Parts: sequence; C-alpha cells; structure tokens
Amino acid sequence: MPRFNTSSAFPLRKAALVTLILTGWLGGAQAQTIYPIDRADILEGSKFDFKVEFPDAPKPDAVKVTINGASVESVLGKAGTFIESEEGQKHSALWAREVSLAPGRYVVEAVQGDAKKTVVWNVFPASGPRKAKNVILFIGDGMSIAHRTAARILSKGWREGKYDSELAIDDMPNMALISTSGNDTIVTDSANSASAYTTGHKSCVNALGVYCAKNALSLDHPKVETIGELVKRKTKMALGVVTNTEIEDATPASMVAHTRRRSDFNEIVKMFLEVKPDVMMGGGSPNFLPKTTPGSKRSDDLDAIAKFREAGYTIATTKTEMNAAAAAGASKLLGLYNTGNIDGAFDLRLAKKGSVSKFPDQPDVTEQTRAALKILSANPDGFFLMVESGRIDKYSHSLDWERAVFDTIMLDNAVKVAKDFAADRNDTLIIVVPDHTHAVSLIGTYDDNRPGQLLRDKLGVYDKSLPPNYGPLDADGFPTDVNTSRRLAVVFGTYPDTCDTGKPFMDGERVPSVAGADPKTFVANEKDCTAPGAARKAGNLPFEANTGVHSADDGLLTAMGPNAEKFRGRKDNTFVFRVMAEALSLGGK
Amino acid sequence: MGTRAPCQMDRRALIGGGFALAIGTYPAKAEDIESITFDGLYKSFGVLGFEFADRVRALKSKRVKMTGFMAPPLKAESSFFVLTRQPLAICPFCQSDAEWPVDIVVVFLKAATPAISEGRRVSVTGVLEIGSTIDKETGFVSQIRIVEADVQRF
Ligand SMILES: [Zn+2]
Repeated sequence: MPRFNTSSAFPLRKAALVTLILTGWLGGAQAQTIYPIDRADILEGSKFDFKVEFPDAPKPDAVKVTINGASVESVLGKAGTFIESEEGQKHSALWAREVSLAPGRYVVEAVQGDAKKTVVWNVFPASGPRKAKNVILFIGDGMSIAHRTAARILSKGWREGKYDSELAIDDMPNMALISTSGNDTIVTDSANSASAYTTGHKSCVNALGVYCAKNALSLDHPKVETIGELVKRKTKMALGVVTNTEIEDATPASMVAHTRRRSDFNEIVKMFLEVKPDVMMGGGSPNFLPKTTPGSKRSDDLDAIAKFREAGYTIATTKTEMNAAAAAGASKLLGLYNTGNIDGAFDLRLAKKGSVSKFPDQPDVTEQTRAALKILSANPDGFFLMVESGRIDKYSHSLDWERAVFDTIMLDNAVKVAKDFAADRNDTLIIVVPDHTHAVSLIGTYDDNRPGQLLRDKLGVYDKSLPPNYGPLDADGFPTDVNTSRRLAVVFGTYPDTCDTGKPFMDGERVPSVAGADPKTFVANEKDCTAPGAARKAGNLPFEANTGVHSADDGLLTAMGPNAEKFRGRKDNTFVFRVMAEALSLGGK
Repeated sequence: MGTRAPCQMDRRALIGGGFALAIGTYPAKAEDIESITFDGLYKSFGVLGFEFADRVRALKSKRVKMTGFMAPPLKAESSFFVLTRQPLAICPFCQSDAEWPVDIVVVFLKAATPAISEGRRVSVTGVLEIGSTIDKETGFVSQIRIVEADVQRF
C-alpha cells in the first residue's frame, strides 16, 4: 500500500483520540463511576443499589452528587452513606441501598473537583393492566443457529430441500435477534447474560444480579433486583427454576442470586433459601448438604435439604419421585437428581455414558418441564417458570456437537409441552432464547463411502452434501442411531489443539484436548488422533484454552403469547426482562 | 458457562492463599500397603450423600496406595493436588471451583513437586484420612485425603 495512505490516516486517528480523551472515555480508570451505569433501563419500583465511586479517596465535602439537578435524598428518598477510602482502597464511595424510582428519565451527575461524570437512566413503566397470567422463559444455553438447524434435520426429517415438520421453537409468531454483550466485554458468559434476562441490567463476566464495582468481596457489590425476587415480593404468583445443570450454576442462579462471582455455590444455595422458588429442579446436590455429610461441598453446617423440607417442600432425587410428587399435588418441590450436571439426552437415550449408571433414574428437561407445569399451574395467580437446557453450551465447549444437538431437541420437546399447555388459553407468554452463542456451523456431510482416507476426503460440500442416513426416530423425535455412514458435518470455529474424527463420541463426552507438558498449555487428545482418518488441527485459541469458547454472534429469540409482539428486529438481552416485566405488570404495586 | 476469564480468576483466588499446607505427622510404615480404588471407595452413593465402604473406613490412618488422574494443579509447584477417577480435561475452574466431581481424593504430598504429571495417570502412596476438612488457606472442602504422600507416574 502507498506510504501516503498511512500518513493521511494518522491525523484522523489522532483527532479521534483527542475526542475520546475530551469526553473522558479513555480516562475511565480515573473518573467517577456511577452504578447503575449509563443508559441503564430500570423497571419502575424495582430495587437497586445506587453507588458512586470517586477516585483518590476524597472527603465527602469534596464531591457532589445530584439526580436531575436535585439532591440524592430528594429523589431516592435516602441521602446515602459516604464511605471515605472504602475498604481501605484508593476510592471513596457513596451508597444508597435498595432504592427505587418512578418512571422517567434521570440524569445523575457526580462532581469531584473539575471532573464531572454524567449517566442517564431510563426508568420504564410496567404498571398497566397485566397482560399475561404466566410467563415461561426457556434458555438454550449457548444455543446457536447451527444447533437449531441440525436439530431440525435430525428430529424433523429433510426431503428435497424441505423439512417434514417444524420444531416447536421455530413455529412461533414472533422473533428477534438478541445481542448478548456484557458492559465490560464483547463476549459474555452465562452468568452475566442470564442476569441481563432476569434483572434487565447488563453487567460483567461472572456476575449475577450485581454491578461490578471495586468491592473486594463478591457479595458486596451493588445489587439489582431479580425477576424471581420481584415475582415473590410483588405478586402471589408461583415461581419455578428448572435446569439440567447444577441448580447453583449461572443460569438458574440468575433467578435469585447477587454475587460478583458465579462460583459462590454455597452462598447461592442460601439465596435460593431466601427467595424460595416453589419449584427448583436440577443437579448439584452437594452444596445442599451440611459439611459433615460425606459428599458435601459445603464449608458450613447448613442442611439446606432440611431447611426446604421444613418450609414444606417435597424432596425428589429421581424421576420417579418427581412424578409422584407432581401426581400427589405437591405445591413445592425441590428436585436434585445428580451430584453434578444431569446427564444430557444423548447419554440418557443412546450412549448411556456420563453418570447414567450412577444415577439411572434422572428426568430430562422435557419431563422436568411437564412436572413443573403441573405443580405451578395449580396457582390461581399464575406462575413464572425459567427452564434451561444448559448442556447445549457445555457440550459445545467440548466440541461435541451431537450431544449439544440432542439437548437442543430436548429443549424443543420441552417447549412443545409448554405450547400444549398454553394452546387453549391466551394468557401465557413463552420465550425461547439462548444466553449467548458458540462459533458453530453446519457445512455438509461426512460420507464414509466417499473415496480417500482423510476426513476431508469424506466431507461432502455443496452438491456432495447429501442428507445424512441416521437411524429411525424414537417416539420423542431423537434418532436411534447417529453413528451411521453419512453424518452431518458440524464444525466449530474455535478450538484448542485437537483431532477431529467426524464421528459421534459413543464412549463418553468428547475430550478435545489434554494438559500439555508446559503448565497451563493443552495439546490434542491423542486418543482421538489415532481414530481412522482423524484430522489434526493446530488450535486457534490462546494457549491456555482447553475447550471452545463463546461467540458474540447474536442469538435468535422466538416467542408467543401476550406481549410477545414486542420482539422484532434486534434487541439487547436486557429487553427480554422488560417484555416479561411489562407482561406481568411487575412495576405495579 | 465457562469462559477462560473466570478460569484464570478462580485459579488466582485459590492460589492467593499461598498453599502453606500442614503435613500430617503419621508414623511411616513400610509394610502392608493396601490398595484402594475409586470403584471401591463407597458403599452407597446417592444424591443426598454417600457412605464410604467398610474396608476404606477400616484403612483410615493406614498407608494406602491408589491410582487415578492428577487434575491440572493450581500452580506449577504445589504439595496439594486432586486425584480424580477420570482425566479432568475440561478445566473445572473454567466454570467454577465448586464444580469438581464429588468423588475426588485430595492428595497432600510430602514435599512440593513440579506438576510433571498433570492430566496423567498416577499412583499415590500415603496415609488415608477420612472426614470433612476445610483447607484453611484455600477453603477447599474434602471428605477423603491421602497425606504424606509420594506420587509416581503410573
Ligand atoms: Zn459456556
């Protein structure tokens, strides 16, 4: 490229830089920080902690905070507490905890010497007539477009370019692209992204129901109210949290939790105890057991199982017990079916690997949804139910697409159960959405009968991408054999050093890489590299990555029922909270 | 789900304690080292807790030998590592330190050794400890431990 192009571009870049400095953008580390952050959309009447952090630990008389030009106390009803040099750190803080606001636009100004920081909040109304009696939020963790397309091919059949029938998640009247970034990074994690759905606030990676302030301890950060808390505080509705991951994991925890660190499992169990959702189901029992019980992961003597029992919960540890509780008319159910994650549909049905032999009577997400609906729908005031198919993500991390797609089909079956429930009533908002995506694509088929020895010889693309010859479907729409001679070619765009086999992993979840000789490096799992035709790939991720990573690609939301018409075009993930809050009129008294 | 950032953060949080590990003072007995296995650890194993096998309980405070996989350690040199039934290829800290499998055995080595065997099958010899303990430095909860241990590649 000619040299003058470079030099002519330079002054432009410099000018842009100067503008950035003038607007304070580059001075972020030194400026005052206000929580909630700029452009926050806040539900009227919802509780949040207001915090302003001032650099250089100023004294209270050196700073001034106003909201719409008036004092903090006159707007928030609390003057707040000023903490000089908070926690001994090099900043001072103003806190006003558990405040709330009426609808409107709020301009918050924090002045410190010559430096002025301004943020604007939009407090939105949601106190009109209640549109929905029930809301069911389905989260396909990490569910991307290719998972969906592959699930449709596997489960619904493909003939002459058309599908034989529709996925329940596709056959919905409303649709939107959802952007999932957190406020700190382009690519998010499941804590931050689920929290956006359950609080309406974007936050940072690893955070649940809090903004990420400078506080040292994970539980001390400024909180925002979750939809689980709102439903319990403001309504008489029933509340349900259903997952096939550990119940303390990010997505289910986002219904109740406030912590900067998603791995605070023991604290998260306490938060479940505080909110007490009527139905809670998932894996992750060890954090419910007191430390004296072998198998406990707690560091204290809290017996959460006993506490829930005292509060009137039926405890189920198997599918049989779950169904018995639902049939017997239980109104509160705690179902814990595995010490870790509940096994995915691929292992429950086909491979029987994972922990299936250890826990032979685990329900799948579809069966859990059916039981949860039976229990929750008995409440005359309606219910809010969150259902997560959580291992679509986990299996995509391990680059095990068949397992991820089986769990997508399982989610689809669960949505079918919900749609059947909602069919003859126009009072239930159903939303199906991923919390983020993976870099995954369907590019053709591997055909063992193609000539050549290498995996890429077997790959049929374009006019060679003939449909797969998977085994017949079972009654629930899962293929009974995927280890056939012509299989979908689903590839991941991010990977550590690894070997692709082009075949399903019938002996257990794929292990894409193993620890290398140098600490914190990972190398291909040689077990896969010796498979016939295996393709060795040099990783394209940072060296310490041992699995695939999330992508920032938008996710696809589909929805039906009251207020679902709000979903169109592209929306931020926080908008999902707003639609649900409006549907249930959660801004009202 | 898991991302790299949380992985690194959690590791740092755990390493922060510095791993000043107390090594038990058990009399070293060279004779009669019994072998125990992951399959033989438990009499019952359920969602609401498990029971150690009678034989394992009888071996409490005795020298035992056990094979398993060395989980990726928390730092390059450590006298503490986790022995697992299966190789832990998916770094548990990527999701959280709370997501270790339940059936792990924590190994306290006689001396800090470079983690040359991470991800590999190892054989551990040492004194068996049973009962819930929380490591003061790291908060790591363990139900069964092998202390004063030596480790070898299997
Ligand atoms: Zn993930």
